[in-house]
Amino acid sequence: MRSNPLSLLLTVLLAAAALYVALPLDHLPGLESALGTPEEPRDLRDLVRGLDLQGGTQILLEADLPADTEIPEGSMATARIIVENRVNSLGVTEPAVQGQGTRRIIVELPGIDNPEQAIETLRSTGQLEFIDPGDAQLLSGYIINTTNRPTASADAMTAMAAGVMDPAPVPFPDRVFETAMTGDVLNDAVPGLDDTTGLWQINFELAGDGSDQFFNYTQANVGRPMPIVLDGVVLSAPIINAAIRDIGVISGDFTEEEARSLAIQMRYGALPVPLQVVDVRTIGATLGQESVSRSLIAGQVGLLMVLLFMLVIYRLPGLLACLALVIYVALNVAVFKLVPVTLTLPGIAGFLLSIGMAVDANILIFERLREELRAGRSLRLAIRTGFNRAWPAIRDGNLSTLISCAVLFWFGSNFGASVVKGFALTLAIGVVLSMFTAVLVTRTFLQTFLTLTAGVEDDSRRLLVGH
Amino acid sequence: MGLLTSRMGTAAIVERRNLWFLLSLLLILPGILLMAWRGVTGNSLLPLSIDYTGGVQWEIRFDEPASPEAVRAILLRAGLADTTAFQVQDDRTVQLKLKAIDNQVKERLEGEIEAEIGPFDEQFFRNIGPAIGSEVSRAAGLAILVAVVGILIYITAAFRHLNHATRYGACAVFALAHDVLVTLSFISIMSLVSAWEVDALFLTAVLTVIGFSVNDTIVVFDRIRENQRRYQGEPFARIANRSLVETLQRSLATQVTALLVLVAILILGGATLQQFMATLIVGLVSGTYSSLCNATPILVAWEERRFLVKADVADPVPVPAA
Repeated sequence: MRSNPLSLLLTVLLAAAALYVALPLDHLPGLESALGTPEEPRDLRDLVRGLDLQGGTQILLEADLPADTEIPEGSMATARIIVENRVNSLGVTEPAVQGQGTRRIIVELPGIDNPEQAIETLRSTGQLEFIDPGDAQLLSGYIINTTNRPTASADAMTAMAAGVMDPAPVPFPDRVFETAMTGDVLNDAVPGLDDTTGLWQINFELAGDGSDQFFNYTQANVGRPMPIVLDGVVLSAPIINAAIRDIGVISGDFTEEEARSLAIQMRYGALPVPLQVVDVRTIGATLGQESVSRSLIAGQVGLLMVLLFMLVIYRLPGLLACLALVIYVALNVAVFKLVPVTLTLPGIAGFLLSIGMAVDANILIFERLREELRAGRSLRLAIRTGFNRAWPAIRDGNLSTLISCAVLFWFGSNFGASVVKGFALTLAIGVVLSMFTAVLVTRTFLQTFLTLTAGVEDDSRRLLVGH
Repeated sequence: MGLLTSRMGTAAIVERRNLWFLLSLLLILPGILLMAWRGVTGNSLLPLSIDYTGGVQWEIRFDEPASPEAVRAILLRAGLADTTAFQVQDDRTVQLKLKAIDNQVKERLEGEIEAEIGPFDEQFFRNIGPAIGSEVSRAAGLAILVAVVGILIYITAAFRHLNHATRYGACAVFALAHDVLVTLSFISIMSLVSAWEVDALFLTAVLTVIGFSVNDTIVVFDRIRENQRRYQGEPFARIANRSLVETLQRSLATQVTALLVLVAILILGGATLQQFMATLIVGLVSGTYSSLCNATPILVAWEERRFLVKADVADPVPVPAA
């Protein structure tokens, strides 16, 4: 086995890259924008913290239908979009909304430690109205009062003052607009392309009873705008071109995305599936902060003791293993940042536990190395056979841990048990990286040691290896 | 550690299996008895947390020291009969467990607690519906089953070139069943001592223990696999024992490093992880023990077709050449 300068170079480069990403310093703007988008470059200074570390609320919503009811295809996805819009209206920084399985939606609201109001907003059915604007000119995005929702402006201003809602124009705080019709008159609304202009539009269809009502109103108001309002927010204010019966079209300067979103909101002003809250978890910010500092200390102490133990028991290879372990930790943190992995408290525990695994691979190799030396082989041969013979055990053992991780990950993904998922993910990443460092890093170090001490007598080199 | 191995070299681990099996039985028995007792008295076998049953777990920290009893009294008055309240971490923090409540009730309770006892911060609040709880229980059982079957298949495949490859898988599963039973025994005892409950993290601990236990077993079996080629014609018990002794130092060294990390988190990591870490530590120690003293001896017993070693017929296994 000749020492391979290429693998040494590779190890050094990899270690440098991992350290660069892992350390909390300012990274090249090019790297950060390549990982995120140019507008929103990914911040590599810090790890992404889960709710249990930064404080906040996690809400698990479930379709409120009997378990054997088939949920129409796509309606959970639509419900998710609507929930997402509502979450955005809460003005939380970096909220997350994810579908989970076929019946659930998980909502994470960092920093919200008073979830009652948020839950009400998410569950509210939402009401679509067509209103009579009178002489006012209403633009989309305005918040207005309507017959059915006379306090929309005041509610919105309170929420904005409290900082829980993004600023939006409230041009007529004291005026209540008359509701001409509600969303009940609609049967369907879909985005489509205009055959002649090629522009995006919304085609809608009226329900039986609503048809006459809609016809009467539009006939009387040709040429005037008819704003469409959802929960007090003006979605769009199309002009009535002609009386409409049965089917109609809203045309305008829509992008595909806008047309789709407006159609969804018209169709499902109310959620397409009723949702119930099945699990709420709130962690106070102080508890999260405490958890971070405590696990940092625990991790440092644990790591330090492992390093000491390796040094005392295995001497020089122990020192090399310590170096490999430091590279291993840097690699892990770099992967956490690049993926990115959301770190939870059990996730940190999983990572620390994987340090044990990383050491195990080294221990297996070193024990083998000692045995081969005891059997009278030369140092060079002992290192080679040590690696080759230790590998099957490392591989088989780690794969069985990965099987457990896969099962845990599945379990965590299906039940909003993000604590379980976080643990499984960090442990699995750690196990994979530990196999990698054992094979590449430790091996390269030992080879380099052989090359550097080529002139020294074998007996004194053996002493260093702890034989 | 070197000294330790050379002394152990004279001890035939597999020939002392009567002792190991008895010890395992003593470790497992309390848990089984406690679970049986709970079953007979009409409870769930293990004390389940709200992760599996549904309900509310609520932790609040007052600005001034406060008694859990006072908080509990307020909740009882509100008609929440099954409420328990106890102190956690310090004399200002109270943890409550009660049945699921809705937002209005919670807001009202918050008002009453603040008015009667004083201002507080919400540390943690969890409200989980009963239906999803029972679904989680079923899935947890399924998760363990899938993991065990997956590992059994994997080991059988990895040792397929040996005689009786399925026995290796089966013995690894015996060992991990032992470790699961030991952790169950541990949590049963701890539920009596300090009201611990089986939560989602307990399941995580059990599955991790399963993974690590099999890892340890595989290291020994891997050596048996190798030694069978190297020492063809030797009795199986001797090969197995030789393999155990040869891997002993690695097993202990690995155990120590994992324990160093886990104990550091247990002591310094804060209350949230304490139960999880303690369960993991018990499980990992049991995992190493069972790989050495259960999995391999059972494998030997199976090959020799005698489970226990009778003193008068036992022929001592020759000491492997060091």
